[in-house]
Amino acid sequence: MTNELTIKITGEAGQGMQTVGAALCQMFKNTGFHIFANQDYMSRIRGGNNFFQLRISDKPLHTLRQKSDITVALDKASVALHKSSMADGGVLVLDRKKFTITEEDRTFFDIPFYDIATRIGGSEIFINSVACGVIAGMIGVELRSVEHVMEATFAGKSEEIIRKNKEAARAGYDFVRNNFKQDTFRIKAGAIKDTGTLVVNGNDAIALGAIRAGCKFYSAYPMSPSTTIMNVIAQYAQKFHIIVEQAEDEIAAINMIIGASFTGVRSMTATSGGGFALMAEGLSLAAMTETPIVVVVAQRPAPATGFPTRTAQADLEFVLHAGHGEFARAVYAPGTIEEAFYVTIKAFNIAEKYQIPVLIMTDQHIADSYRNIETFDLNKGKVQRHIISKEDSKNTKNYKRYQFTESGISSRAIPSWIEDVIYADSDEHTEEGHITEDADVGSKMVEKRFYKKFSGLSQEIEKPTAYNVERADIVLIGFGSTYGIMKEVSDAVTDKKIGFIHLSQVWPFPASEMIALLKDAKKVLTVENNAAGQLARLLRRETGLQVGGAVLKYDGRPFNLDYLIDRIKKEG
Amino acid sequence: MDAKDFKSSDEIAWCPGCGNFGILNAVKKTLVKLGKPPKDILLVSGIGQAAKLPHYVKCNCFNGLHGRALPVAAAAKIANHTLTVLVTTGDGDCYGEGGNHLIHNIRRNTDITVIVHDNQIYGLTKGQASPTTDPGYVTKVQMEGVVLDPLHPLEMAIALGAGFVARGYSLDIEHLSWLISEGIKHKGFSLIDVLQPCVSFNKKNTYEWYTQRVYKVNDDSSYNPEDKMAAYEKAHEWGDKIPIGIIYRTEKETYEEKRGLSQRAPLVEEQIEDVDITSILSEFT
Repeated sequence: MTNELTIKITGEAGQGMQTVGAALCQMFKNTGFHIFANQDYMSRIRGGNNFFQLRISDKPLHTLRQKSDITVALDKASVALHKSSMADGGVLVLDRKKFTITEEDRTFFDIPFYDIATRIGGSEIFINSVACGVIAGMIGVELRSVEHVMEATFAGKSEEIIRKNKEAARAGYDFVRNNFKQDTFRIKAGAIKDTGTLVVNGNDAIALGAIRAGCKFYSAYPMSPSTTIMNVIAQYAQKFHIIVEQAEDEIAAINMIIGASFTGVRSMTATSGGGFALMAEGLSLAAMTETPIVVVVAQRPAPATGFPTRTAQADLEFVLHAGHGEFARAVYAPGTIEEAFYVTIKAFNIAEKYQIPVLIMTDQHIADSYRNIETFDLNKGKVQRHIISKEDSKNTKNYKRYQFTESGISSRAIPSWIEDVIYADSDEHTEEGHITEDADVGSKMVEKRFYKKFSGLSQEIEKPTAYNVERADIVLIGFGSTYGIMKEVSDAVTDKKIGFIHLSQVWPFPASEMIALLKDAKKVLTVENNAAGQLARLLRRETGLQVGGAVLKYDGRPFNLDYLIDRIKKEG
Repeated sequence: MDAKDFKSSDEIAWCPGCGNFGILNAVKKTLVKLGKPPKDILLVSGIGQAAKLPHYVKCNCFNGLHGRALPVAAAAKIANHTLTVLVTTGDGDCYGEGGNHLIHNIRRNTDITVIVHDNQIYGLTKGQASPTTDPGYVTKVQMEGVVLDPLHPLEMAIALGAGFVARGYSLDIEHLSWLISEGIKHKGFSLIDVLQPCVSFNKKNTYEWYTQRVYKVNDDSSYNPEDKMAAYEKAHEWGDKIPIGIIYRTEKETYEEKRGLSQRAPLVEEQIEDVDITSILSEFT
C-alpha cells in the first residue's frame, strides 16, 4: 500500500495521450483520489514524443514528481526515453512484439496491447482504452469505474464505439489481473467529497472566470499556451451571447477588444510573449484612452519563438514595463486553479473601476495542469460594475470623458446611452477628449493616469499568501505557477522548517506586506522559472530587501517536488 | 438634424486649402441628411491628417493608433450594432501601416463605412512616399523617385470581395456626400477612396491635375457597378482619365447577420451582473 503514485502515458503526438489522460483524471477523481496532471508536449501535431503525467494521492496535490511509478509506453521510442525516469520499483508497460524489443529489464511489463486493440476494436486506435484498463487493473480500481469513464469520454459517439472502448479497457484490465501479481501499486482511496468537485486546468479556470465576469467579446490570435482559453470560451459563446473573434494578428486582437470595450462591453484577449510584444502599443492605447481591458499573458520560454509548448516565467519584467509611456496597470499572477478563476473576475472589475489595462500572467505549467478542486463559489466571484448605468445615463449632462477627479477616475459613460457625445483620444487630450498640446493639462493627465490611479490600486492589492513563515529556516518566495511546488516542499521537508510567500499580484507590488513578512526571515530564496531572478530584482527594487539566493530553472520544464528539495538542500 | 448639431468647437489644424476640408464638409452634409443624432454615430480614426477629422465633427469619436482604426471600428460595431460607424483614415494609415487590417476587415464585412483620404503622400510626417504615390515621384526620402509599384486599393478591395467600392474627389462635395450616403446605406464593409490634394507636399497630384482627369462613372447608364469584371477593369483605370463614383457594389451577408447579432439586442445591452455558469461547471466534473 502506498499513498501516492505517479503515472505516465507516453507516445507520439497524435496517439491520443490527452484523451486517455483526461479519462484517467476523471476516473481517479471519481474513485476518491486527489489528482494533479500535466501534459508535456512538443510543438508538432504528429510524431515526436509527448507524455501525460498524472499524480494521484489521498491528499491534495499541487505539483509533479520527478519519477514515475507506472509508465505506459505507446511507442518504441518512449521506452528508451522514459526508462531512466522510473521510480524505485516502478513498472514500464510496453508491447514488446509491436516495438520489437527483445532486451530484458526488471522494470518491463509486457502486454500485447496493440494486438488486444486490433482484436477487439479492429483498430490500433483502441490502445488508449486498453492502457486505461491496464492502469486501473494495476492500481485496483474497480472495473465499473473504468467502464463508467469510457462511457463518459465517448459520450455522443455511436454505441458501437462506446462498446468497443469499454471492451478494450476490460481486456487490458483482465490481462493485468491475470498476469501482474505485484500489489505495490495498490493505493487506498481517499475520502474527498465527490459532490460537484471539478477537474479543471488553469486555462479552463480563466475562461470560466471570464464568462462569469460578463466578458462579451473575446478576440485573440491563437498562440500556445494561451489558445485553449479561446477554445473554452468559444465552446460556450452561443449559450452566453459572447462573440469570440479570431483576429488577423495580435495587434488587431488588442485593438478590437479596445473598440468593443469603448462601446461598453467587457472584453478580453490572451496570448504569449511574442504576441504580447505585438500588443504593447495597444496596451498603451488602452491606458491613454482609459479603456478597460483584460489581457492574459501565458508565458512560454523565449526569446523569439523559444520553446512554443513549454513553460517559463521570464516575462515578468516585460509585462510590468510593456507599453510606452507611464501609466497605471494591475498585474495578477494566480498560483492555483481556484485563484485563476477568482482573479480573472477581479481583473475585469478592477479594469472597469480604474479604466486601465489589467494583466493576468500565467505560464504553460498552470495553463495546462489539471487538479481536482471544490466547485467555484459564485458568491465570491461577483461582478462589480463601474459605468454610468443606462438609467443614470438619462440624467447625465455636460459629460466630460476625462474629467479631473481626486481619485483620477472619471465617470464612464457608454456611447449612445447618454445624450452627449464621447471623445476618446490617443493623443494627449483635454478633459473633453480633444487633442491638446497644453503643458499644464498634459501633466495633470499624466498624474491622473499614473499617480492617482496607482494610489487607488495600491489600496486593493491581493495579499501575498504566507505559509509556515514564522521562525522558518528558509523562506521561499514565488509568483504565479510556483505556488504548488512551494506548498508541497514546505510540507514535505521535515528536517528544516521551510515556509513560503506567494504573490498572486505582482503589480502594484505589495511592498509593505513583504517587508513585514520578511523582517525576521533567516534565509530567503526566490523560486523562479527564469534566468535573471526577476522576482528577486523586483523585490529589491520595491522594498530594498536583498534575498539570500534564487533557485532558478530555465529549461522550459516546470519544477517538481524532488528537484526543488534537492536544489534547496544544495543552497543550504 | 441640421448642421449645427454636428458643429465641433475644436480648432482645425489642417493647412489652408487642404483637400481634407472638402471631405469634412461632405461628411457633415451626409450626417445631417442621415437624420441620426450625434450620440448614435461613431467616427473612428487612426493617426495622420485624415485621422483628425472626427474632432471636427460633433459625434462620438475614438481616435486610436496609427493603422489601427479598422479593428477598433469593427469591434465597436460588433459590440453595438445600432451605432452608425464611420472610419476616417488616410493612404498611409489604411493602406500602409494598417494594410493587414484592411484585408481582413473586408473579409470580416462588418457594416462600417471607411473613407480613405488618399492624397498619395505622407502629410503629417512631411512628404514621404505613401503606398499610392505615383512611381518616379521624388521626395526627401525617395531621392531617385519612388521605385515601388503603387497599391491599387480599389482593385484590391474588389478582388477581396468588398461589397461596396467607390472613389470620390474632395473638390466635388455633393458627389462625395452622395457616395458616403450610399456607403452608409450599404449593408457591410464600404470602402470609399477619396482623391484629396495635399497642397504642402504633393506637387504632382494637384487640384488641377485631378480636376482635368476625373469623370463620373455612374453618369454613363451603360456602366453596371454590379458587374464584377467590368468594375475590376474600371478600378484599374488611372492616368489621363480617372473614374469616380460607385465602382462596384453587391449585396452580401454581413458579419453581424452571420453571427446572429443583428437579430437581437446589442451586446452592450446584455445583463452581466450575475452570469450563471452553474450548468457549464457540471461539464468539468
